[in-house]
Amino acid sequence: MSDTVIEATGLRKEFGTAVAVDDVSLTLERGQSLAVVGESGSGKTTLARMLVGLETPTGGTLRVCGRPRPPGRVSSRERRRRAREMQIVFQDPYSSLDKLQRIGGVIEASLDLHFSLTPGERRKRALELLEAVGLAERHATMLPRQLSGGQRQRVAIARAIAVEPQVLVLDEAVAALDVSIQAQILNLLADIRERSGISYVFISHDLAVVHQISEVALVMSGGRVVERGPTGALLSDPQEEYTKSLRAAVPRPGWKPSRRAVSGSAANGSAASGTAAS
Amino acid sequence: MKIPEVQDKPRDVREDLLDVRGLSVAVRAGRSWRTLVDGVDLAIGGGEAVGLVGESGSGKSMTARALLGLTPPGARVTGDIAFDSDQVTTMNRRALRELRARRVAMVFQDPRAHINPVRSVGDFLTEAMIANLGVAAAEAHARAVRLLADVGIPDGERRLRQYPHELSGGLLQRVMIASVLAVEPDLVLADEPTTALDVTTQSEVMAILDELRRERGMAMLLITHDLALAAATCDRISVMYAGRIVETQPSTTLTATPRHPYTSGLMLSRPSIDTVADRLPVIPGRPVAAFESGEGCAFEPRCGHAKPHCRDLRPPVQDVEGARVACVRAGELTLRGDVDV
Repeated sequence: MSDTVIEATGLRKEFGTAVAVDDVSLTLERGQSLAVVGESGSGKTTLARMLVGLETPTGGTLRVCGRPRPPGRVSSRERRRRAREMQIVFQDPYSSLDKLQRIGGVIEASLDLHFSLTPGERRKRALELLEAVGLAERHATMLPRQLSGGQRQRVAIARAIAVEPQVLVLDEAVAALDVSIQAQILNLLADIRERSGISYVFISHDLAVVHQISEVALVMSGGRVVERGPTGALLSDPQEEYTKSLRAAVPRPGWKPSRRAVSGSAANGSAASGTAAS
Repeated sequence: MKIPEVQDKPRDVREDLLDVRGLSVAVRAGRSWRTLVDGVDLAIGGGEAVGLVGESGSGKSMTARALLGLTPPGARVTGDIAFDSDQVTTMNRRALRELRARRVAMVFQDPRAHINPVRSVGDFLTEAMIANLGVAAAEAHARAVRLLADVGIPDGERRLRQYPHELSGGLLQRVMIASVLAVEPDLVLADEPTTALDVTTQSEVMAILDELRRERGMAMLLITHDLALAAATCDRISVMYAGRIVETQPSTTLTATPRHPYTSGLMLSRPSIDTVADRLPVIPGRPVAAFESGEGCAFEPRCGHAKPHCRDLRPPVQDVEGARVACVRAGELTLRGDVDV
């Protein structure tokens, strides 16, 4: 097996006349955590959706686990095979679970699709997975509405890792969580990676969170990568003006909000209002 | 359940613009009542900026809504809310309308949900001036253009003709702030005003709010989950947990020397842009609402410093070196503040 799990070259996505992602290339090594940082409208979510196959790239090539993923319709068998390589966790733990399906059933459905297990084995495995994300056996019989946002996000993570994917794409997966819960989930993700050697593509607007979870990062703006490098270096010594302005806007001790960026952003605002990018 | 009060001034002296004592809000759940806000004391002086920080379910938004009489129908509100010596809790509808129209304004998290989508920005901005302040239409229009310039929107004439869907979230929030400035209230209640915005836009919007507030001497209550944001923009911070205020301190001393274990835990569990923790120090469990907590300290089940007696009694608010803290161990604990300080 090769050590590069994702190899994307020149990815591009157009929606009508708007270019959401423009010439983005990236590689992800086994066990690596790569962050994609950007503001709304930067194209980071579209990039994530292209990686997992939820959007078809307009241009560029994508190889996952050494195999090309050309655009076009694929058989359900091939789709299942691809799902075992890469899974995604979405931002909103409220809309990403079926409200009528019990938690145990959520995990078992995922297992059933990808493995041939007896009902007993499947149930046992589902409970192991719930335990791995910090939930208890009693949660298995509950419905999503009986769980808090943080617990639901744990379920979404358990469902994704049930498939034992090589790569987990996390699209703003901790953004909607309370601070104290966010820390728990970030530690959980670190534990899972240490245990399983899984790779992460971590999509986020939050530089502090990205700092904690990733070794390498891309900064996106207007669909393009404006800067990339090791996360620590990128944040401590950003080279591009855009990265500098992002970093300067993060509240921290001694920080004061700044109006300096207004002119630039107001101009952006007028330009963006036509395309409704946000 | 009442927090025993430590009174540092006679009860009938009202120096503050807003003086809230023992505010509780409960809503019906079937046959019983669910307490969401429990015995909140809060004071804001004229021109002062106070941060009300808490996680979901802490009761921070409900507290702000109660200040304007905006609690859900059937809610039970008890306690004392004095705005400039007037009792809000006993106001009739007319007086409440007057309060909301001229004296206390609110900025919401999602401007798109609070601005009428079928009316133009111009209609939205001038309506209050014309209806409440009796300003002539042409004058209101000119004033609206000036207000937009104040919040960093230069091409006001064009913007006034636009509709909310044509504006980005950041621009729309600035329009919302302009509408607040239009009535020059004494107090602005800002409920997570920048949570839905990008960080660079957040920085701009907070700077605008901060600058205009200072220029016009308006007081602000900033409701947020983001302690760092509150610390950077407010004079004083109250931290809420399970419907109660657990700690109040000036921002500068709060971040350096938090006195409540929850405040310290919140600061430490937030990842830092400057340092990477091997593992983030976490607060175990999840935040609870007031009605879910027991007889003792609501934070006790999650607290690393808890002693058996923490379970017995609701901790009274006490003074500890300039901080007001609802923790029986506050005097003996040394807690870590912001690691970056």
